Amino acid sequence: MYHSKITVMLRPSILDPQGKAVEHAIHSLGVASVHNVRMGKRIEFDVDAATRQEAERITEEACKKLLANPVMEDYTFTLEERK
Amino acid sequence: MSLSKIKFGVVVFPGSNCDHDAYHAAKHVMNQEAEFIWHKETDLRGSDVIILPGGFSYGDYLRTGAIARFSPVMQEVVRFANNGGTVIGICNGFQVLLEAGLLPGVMLRNRSLRFVCKFVHLKVENASTRFTSECRNGDVLKIPVAHGDGNYFAGDDVVKSLEDNNQVVFRYCETDGSITDEANPNGSLHNIAGIVNAEGNVMGMMPHPERASELELGSADGKKIFESLIHSVVLV
Repeated sequence: MYHSKITVMLRPSILDPQGKAVEHAIHSLGVASVHNVRMGKRIEFDVDAATRQEAERITEEACKKLLANPVMEDYTFTLEERK
Repeated sequence: MSLSKIKFGVVVFPGSNCDHDAYHAAKHVMNQEAEFIWHKETDLRGSDVIILPGGFSYGDYLRTGAIARFSPVMQEVVRFANNGGTVIGICNGFQVLLEAGLLPGVMLRNRSLRFVCKFVHLKVENASTRFTSECRNGDVLKIPVAHGDGNYFAGDDVVKSLEDNNQVVFRYCETDGSITDEANPNGSLHNIAGIVNAEGNVMGMMPHPERASELELGSADGKKIFESLIHSVVLV
């Protein structure tokens, strides 16, 4: 079995108003050194797959078809083998 | 001679909340046939027009419209649309159409980060669609919006082809029809409020015509969209 950890982020060219609002809030804390706050999503699941390659393919398919919308989002993931 | 009634099928997802408004407008205001179609159904029951109503289907989980797209009824709606059937997506219904790939683009969070619920004005940019045939180009309609994610976005090439092919049906405007940034409630590119597909049978719009189909509600301009649909279907 494998465990997928997926990160979905708005593409760099897309304005992230949520991230902006959080950035303003961080600045309100008196922390002025933080910039370029971006917010995204973290999705995790277990995959029943015999090989890493198969787990990768399944995760990739879930990302492409559902978890990320390629018009506005990019995704990355890591896989970890679990007993 | 009395014209026969057309049938509106109103799809109901878990979390839809404008389904009854759409049903009321079709059935009681327009005096047509209307039926609810539950998201688990796979039969559109001979509907002439499918309405994907507003609301928060599946709680807006993941992205607006993203989960609804996979419901059984949507497979049928996609098939219906691909065969030339008339589909209108209102608000969340528009978002579902985008996720289903029946219309291009996405909805981002409103640039204000606020849920916007108010009357806006829409300029009719294309009155030759089956959704707007009872309007004239340049007409200004007063219809309310109510959404948090209505900030229409698409790549430059997509927006260019929408503009070039006259697929932008409505734009947010001032009362006199001028297109300004102030009149844009959510930050949509080119003030886009509604678009139609290249074939002309699928339209999505963020404003709610069903909430503006009786004067008691502050405007009856939304009726024009229902009237257009009825006349277009009867003529086909």
